[in-house]
Amino acid sequence: MKSEIRDVNDVRIIELSGKITIGTGDVKIRELVDSSLEEGQMKILLDLAGVTAIDSSGIGEMVACYTTVTKREGQLKLLRLSPKINDILHVTQLITVFDVLDNVQEGLAAFK
Amino acid sequence: MIGISYRYNPAQMPADTILKAHLVLSSRFENIEVAERALVDLCEQAGFSGDDSYWLVTALREAAANAIRHGNKQNLDLDVVIDYRIEDNEVTIQIEDEGEGFDLADVPNPTDPGYLLRPSGRGIFYMRQFMTRVEFSRTPGGGTAVEMTRRLEPETRSATDEK
Repeated sequence: MKSEIRDVNDVRIIELSGKITIGTGDVKIRELVDSSLEEGQMKILLDLAGVTAIDSSGIGEMVACYTTVTKREGQLKLLRLSPKINDILHVTQLITVFDVLDNVQEGLAAFK
Repeated sequence: MIGISYRYNPAQMPADTILKAHLVLSSRFENIEVAERALVDLCEQAGFSGDDSYWLVTALREAAANAIRHGNKQNLDLDVVIDYRIEDNEVTIQIEDEGEGFDLADVPNPTDPGYLLRPSGRGIFYMRQFMTRVEFSRTPGGGTAVEMTRRLEPETRSATDEK
């Protein structure tokens, strides 16, 4: 899994690409979100447009990150799901947990 | 050291031929990639669509991860054995570990409201979502064997199948 980080105003956008799977990508997400919180970035957009696969460990880490951010009174939202990742969030019913936005503009506006 | 025993007939097969592969992997997460590659190769030979391969791989990865993490507890002295079989439009994957087994009744439904925000416990649910049939049993040595089958509709096979 690869990642790129950029900040737009007070929103941290974490662009992820590749596989978010056990042993590699799952841990990386946690590190990226934890370091964002440590830097005081409490509004986080996970951009999943480049993610090709996510297993249950990857989904689990996203849930753990969501819980961590929410407990710190921050917000974590998902951006640009591929159709397959969208299917997975539906079957796991996590689509009811996450705010999902279709593009960066919507994502940024969702925090206001 | 990956530790692979890998065999299958690489020739392009007519539709009525059985495709099989057998892998013996040490209990490293990196070996899930090897298991995936073998399945993708077989699916390509069988002419399955990319979508079908994707969901088969998704289920396979969960079963292999469970065998490595929960079954063999990443003990490199213990193996994960995977058998693949594609016959007609049916894919069967059997995965065995050398762990101590588990009770399926102890695994909660991860979509129950009380479990929805748990960070783990979705692997078997994934498998059941993406395969037609998933059955668990004990191996003679006390480990876990899972057999998963997905029956594909004939029209989901690509045109290469007709060559």
